[in-house]
This record gives sequence, C-alpha cells and structure tokens, in this order.
Amino acid sequence: MSFDWLKRGPVRAVCAALTLSTSMLVAAPAEAQTITAVMSSGLRVLDPVVSSAAITNVHGYMIYDTLLGTDAQFKVQPQMAERWEISPDGKTYTFTLRDGLKWHDGAPVKAEDCVASIKRWGEVDIMGQVLFGLVTDIKVVDDQTFQIVVRTPTDVVLSSLAKIGTRTAFMMPKRAAETPSSQPIKESIGSGPFKFITAEFRPGVRVVYEKNKDYVPRKDPASWTAGGKVVHVDRVEWVTMPDELTATNALLNGEIDYIENMPYDLLPMVEAKDGFKVEVLDKLGLWTYYRFNFLHPPFNDRLIRRAAMHAVGQEDILKALTGNPKYHRTCTAIFGCDTVYASNYGADFLIPANPERARELLKEAKYDGTPVVILHPTDNRTVSPQPVVIANALRKAGFTVNLQSMDWQTLTTRRASKRPPAEGGWNIHATNGPIVGITDPLRNQSVATNGERAWFGWPDFPGIQALRDKFAVTADPAELKAIAAEVQKQVIDEGVVVPNGQFMIPTAYNTKLSGILESPAALFWNVKKAR
Amino acid sequence: MATIPVMGVVAIVVFAILRLTPGDPAAIIAGDAATTEQLHQIRIQMGLDKPLYVQFILWAGQIVRGDLGISLISGVPVAQMIADRIGPTLALSTTIIVFSILVAVPLGVIAAWRQGTLLDRSTSAFSVLGFSMPVFVFGYLLILLFSIELRWLPVQGYRPPSEGFWPFLSRLILPTLALGTAYIALITRITRTSVLEVMGEDYIRTARAKGLKENAVLIHHALRNASVPIVTIIGVGITHLIGGVVVTESVFNLPGLGRLVVEAVLARDYPVIQGLILLFSFAYILINLLVDVLYTVLDPRIRY
Repeated sequence: MSFDWLKRGPVRAVCAALTLSTSMLVAAPAEAQTITAVMSSGLRVLDPVVSSAAITNVHGYMIYDTLLGTDAQFKVQPQMAERWEISPDGKTYTFTLRDGLKWHDGAPVKAEDCVASIKRWGEVDIMGQVLFGLVTDIKVVDDQTFQIVVRTPTDVVLSSLAKIGTRTAFMMPKRAAETPSSQPIKESIGSGPFKFITAEFRPGVRVVYEKNKDYVPRKDPASWTAGGKVVHVDRVEWVTMPDELTATNALLNGEIDYIENMPYDLLPMVEAKDGFKVEVLDKLGLWTYYRFNFLHPPFNDRLIRRAAMHAVGQEDILKALTGNPKYHRTCTAIFGCDTVYASNYGADFLIPANPERARELLKEAKYDGTPVVILHPTDNRTVSPQPVVIANALRKAGFTVNLQSMDWQTLTTRRASKRPPAEGGWNIHATNGPIVGITDPLRNQSVATNGERAWFGWPDFPGIQALRDKFAVTADPAELKAIAAEVQKQVIDEGVVVPNGQFMIPTAYNTKLSGILESPAALFWNVKKAR
Repeated sequence: MATIPVMGVVAIVVFAILRLTPGDPAAIIAGDAATTEQLHQIRIQMGLDKPLYVQFILWAGQIVRGDLGISLISGVPVAQMIADRIGPTLALSTTIIVFSILVAVPLGVIAAWRQGTLLDRSTSAFSVLGFSMPVFVFGYLLILLFSIELRWLPVQGYRPPSEGFWPFLSRLILPTLALGTAYIALITRITRTSVLEVMGEDYIRTARAKGLKENAVLIHHALRNASVPIVTIIGVGITHLIGGVVVTESVFNLPGLGRLVVEAVLARDYPVIQGLILLFSFAYILINLLVDVLYTVLDPRIRY
C-alpha cells in the first residue's frame, strides 16, 4: 500500500508546520540518554528471592550485584568479591569483598549483608538448598570478610553463588535480607550498576532505572555476568506492551529501542528495515520439554511412558514452535547442548517420531485406553504449540487424548494438583526454561526425583536422587561428568522429563544501540546509545 | 441510596466468582520454578489459606472502611493502582464521547433531513462499515498509515496533560479514531432513525408552516424531540466503552484501567479485580442516573 500522495505538496507543508510546532511545544533541554526497552513480560514482583520469574531475575541484575559471576566459558569469576580462598582441606571458603562497594542509600556493603542474603536465598533456591545441605557454618569474620564452611569438599559453593538463570544469589542489605523468604521485601535497595526509581514504578506498565553513579565496576571486560558492569546511559526504561505488533511498530517508529523477545512471525517487518538489528543474544537459548504425571495411570507405567516418548518427534514440535530452523535445534541433552555436561543419550528415539514402535509398546503394556489429559495454555506463545503437537502424535500412536485448553494461570494451578486427571488433575504438561538454568544435575530441578517433594509430576527414583547427592559432594571434573552422564541415562530411561529440543528467541533493537552483551540474561550495562 | 445494595450484591457475586475460578496468584508471584511447598508458603503469607468466608469478611471490612486492599502481586495499594491508571482511560473515554457526539449527531440529523440522497446512503454505508470493523483491525490500519508511513503520530503510549498538550493529544488521536468510529456509527444510525420518526409529526409541519428556518426546525423541534433515544444510546455507549477500551488500550499501549483489568484477571490478583469491578459498577450506576436525569430535562413529561 502506498501513501506517497499524502507525502507531497500541500499535505506535506501542513505536516511540516504541525511537526515544527509540535517540536517547539515539546522541546526540552538536553535530554537524559535513555534506553527504552520492551521486555519479555511486565515486572510486577520485585523480590528475586520470592519470585523465580525471569523478568524479576533480570530486574535483580539491574539493581543488585552478585558475589560471583559466570563468564561465557561457564567459569566462575569474582564480582563483588575481590577474591576467595579455599582451605587446604577444601572445606572452608573465605570471601573478601571489594573496597568501595556501597548500597544505593550510601551505606557501605558489609560481610553481614552478604551472609544474610545468602541465607535467605538458600532457603528457596534449588542450588541454595543443596548448598545449605552441605554447610556447617557461615560466619562474618570482619566487615569485608566472611566464611562458608562445608562438611565435605564440593564444587557447589562457587557454582551456586555464581549461578545465572532463575533465583540468582543477589546481595541485599541485611535489613531486607532478614525478611522471611516467603514474604516479599519492602524496599528495592541494591548495590548494582542501576538504581530502581520507586516513584516512577508502575507495576506491569513501566519500570525506570537510573545509572548508579557510585558504582565501581571491575576493570576486566564484561562477559555474561562477570567482568566490569560499565553503564553508558543515564536511564533505562522498561515499558510493557501487551500487543507484540504494537511493540514492533513502536520500534520501527523510533519510540522504543529494544524488544527483548521478538515474535518469530513479525521478524520480517524488522529485518526488512535499515537501522534495526535482529540478533540472538542468548546463544544457549531455551529447552522445551514435557513432563509426565507419575502418580496416575497411564504414565505410572514405564512402558507406556516410553511409548509416548517414541510417539512424539522433536522436529514436529520445534517447527510448530518457531517455524524457522534458524531458531531451533533438536537436542536431547537434559543439561543443554553445548554445555559442560551435555550428553546425547536418547537421541535415537527422542528425536524422530516413531508411532509404529509406540503402538508396539502400547500393545506390550496392555494400554487400556485410559484418556491422557494434556494441559494446553493458549495465552503463552512459547508453550502453546507443544501440547497440540504432542496430542496429535499420541493420537497417531493409539493413545486416547483429552487436550484441555486454558490460560497459563489456570495451568499453573492445575499442574500443582495431585488429584486424578478425571477429577481436575493431569497426565502431561509441557513448558520451557533457559538452558543456563539447567546446566547440571543440581540446578535442573526437573531431574529431581524425590517423589512428593519433586517438581510437578512427582517422580520417585531414589537412585537418581543418590546420583544428584553424589554430584553435590564431588569436586573432580571427570567424575562430575560421569555422574551427569549417568543421570542423563537414568532420567531418559525412566521418562522423568522428556526434552523436545532447544530454541532461541531473537532480540530486535535500533542500531543506535551498541555494545549489547551476548548473555543468557538481558543485561543493560556496556550498552551505548548514539544520540 | 439504591446504589449501596446494588454494589453490595456486586461485591458478593464478584468475590464468589473469582474464588471459584481456577488460578493461583501465588503461582504468579513464585514463578515457573516454584515447588508445591513454596506455593503453599506464599499462600499462607497472603492469607489465601483461610476459609473463604473469613477472606470475604476481612475484605468487606476493608471496603467499609474505604480501603480497597493491596495488590497480591505487586504489593501496591489498589486505590493507588487505580489512581495511577485512571488518567488514560478517562482521557480516552472523554475524547471518544466528545468526538463521537460532535460527529455522529449532526451526521444523523443531516442524513435524516436528506433521506434517500447519496449523502444518506453514504452515511448508512459508513455506519455499517464502522460498526462491523473490529477495533483492532481499524487501529492497526491507522497506525500503518499515520505512524509508520507518514510518521505524523506516535504508535503508542500515553503522556499526561502535565507533559504538554500536544504530547497528550497526539497519543489519543488514533485510539479515539479507532474506537470512536464504532460509536459514531451507532449514534448516527439511532439519530437518523429518531429524527426520521419525528420529521413526519404534525408539530414539524406546523413549525415549517410558521415560516421557521430549516435549521431551527431541525435543531429545536426535530432533534430535541428525538433526543431521548439518542441520549439513551449515548449512555449505553459510554457503559460499553469500559469493555471497548480494553482492546484499544492494548493496541495503542495506553496504561489504563482496561488493561489493568486484563492484567489483574490473568494474574488472579483478587483485590485489584474486586476493586475495579466495584468502581465500574459504580460508574455504570452513575451513568444510568445521569441519563435518567437528562430524560427529565429533555422531555418534561417524564417523571419518576
């Protein structure tokens, strides 16, 4: 459609006059350098301990700092900590804080703040809980030094405090960290590179951060959450836009600078225009997977679980999810492909769909036609296609399927129900999560198999739990790899979780922005904006 | 005084429906990685583990004291959330109502006056089109033309009047056009029909026979006597605006009450939903009251 006639002659003159008068009306003195971003969702919960939501974690990176960081090579690096020392017996870790660390209210960061923060985080985070299962003492030595003592040498102290993904170990002032871990904190004071502007916060609408001028970044280059967090802009504003097309139009019109999660179907709109860039910043991406309910038939039967695993092919799910092979890959590694503990065990039967083999297994298991209730969220585009594909594949293999559509909120309640599927429970639910949050047997909570206390689905396999416990108290890298490989084998054999592949979500931004870091979390330090 | 029992009934019904709807605000707070145990702890902390009647008594007690409660998700007082978000909705509703009335009533009167002409038929065609086209489709077309192609107006957002008149107005023009078109179509049709009905009355013929100018006949005699159904449809239109702004606020990213309702429902943020529905029901009652009062002004024969 062309509107060139409107751009000519008198119409253009009127517009020019209007635009000029407009600019005169809104002309302001030198504006602050502001990045306006549309994030994956609206920020509503500010406490990164209470909430495991991805957006709350990104908010955490804005205003809080971490004791340790993880770089792009998965190596743990010091961040707030100047250094750490490990005693010769490998059981005592002594952390020394950097000089000059300050909270946003001007008070100095002290070791007692870090100890309180670690304790609160350790109550709820899956890695924190593993850590505190090993901790015998955690104590303040002086204002800049504290110690963590564990009962046996372990890799968990460093890897848990440096973790990326949900529920990162952010440091907070002691008074905030003393809030019970089930209760949200009342203030958002951190020591990170940005300050949270409470007065401008509109939950679900707008979040405003200002540069923390007192922040002293490390000298080393930024890499993921490690290195110098140098802020080059005055403000960052997160604007929530419920409509993706509106957000894309706003980007093209120069009203916003950045869309964290660009919808696949709207990519051509941005890719076709000069002055905009589409890029995958989280190269690891996300994994999508589904989960059986082990409490009820038919998936309390191992053979029927295996039949379902044969029935569903990864490529079909990934095509429905992204529609573009550039943004997905088949992968059966439950700790993510291209990670330290990646294993392709199960690829032979998890990647291709094999309905014939599934039918044979169903016959062998004497499947009686018990309906399979699959939960289908219709309002979440990264989780909505999977259940439909799974349902179709299971029907082809001979399962009786009851695909139940609902909103994501209803699903989150429904999946917590342990009742039989016919009474409001379920048999299969699919979801996804960032790879960076599942890179070993401890942080991947979907491989926990401690029955009623496990994640939704409640698998109960003491052997896998024992391997996870062993992983926690092992320090030798080769042995850790062997344990992780065995966990992968047993998890796939038992159908504890069924990986459906990996996918990446592209970010779109105005090329006025530069220096955006590749990272599993959206980070705004290091980013420059041309005027 | 009838307002109080009506709102009381609304409060009870809304509370009951919300609690019967599946969903869990604790799951929104805790996120996808939360375990059953963590969700339970958060529910206890929010008081959602208490029996329903206890929760209702606590909430009703707050309402009686004029306190709408605190958002379960963000921890912000509901009254503050409403105050923060009412501006865009009021501004958009006002511009739509004013724009619709200013365009639709003259258009309807002229269409009736020139019944059967090209103008009348065009007005009818516009009415059908305006009423049939979904708001979001029209909205996207407006954005494509005025924002993306011509770059005259912003795509989205809201600026309060305190940030300047043009920044405020420029962000309301497209949503007003998008949603206002449907109201113009509706009001135009009713105005035309109502005016047509009275145009054949004896008093119109008498007025013309007295030598009154056509303008005076149309405005003082025809329109005034046709105004009761027009006011009724405007009143109905205003009450329906509350539903219409939900889509418009999403398409044009206006952070108003319509969006707040959707967000609160999706998050099962009970105090926010309850507070908003009480506010909306109060607005409905107030608008109906105003329409009833206007009837008596426009037609002195009407008595209550």
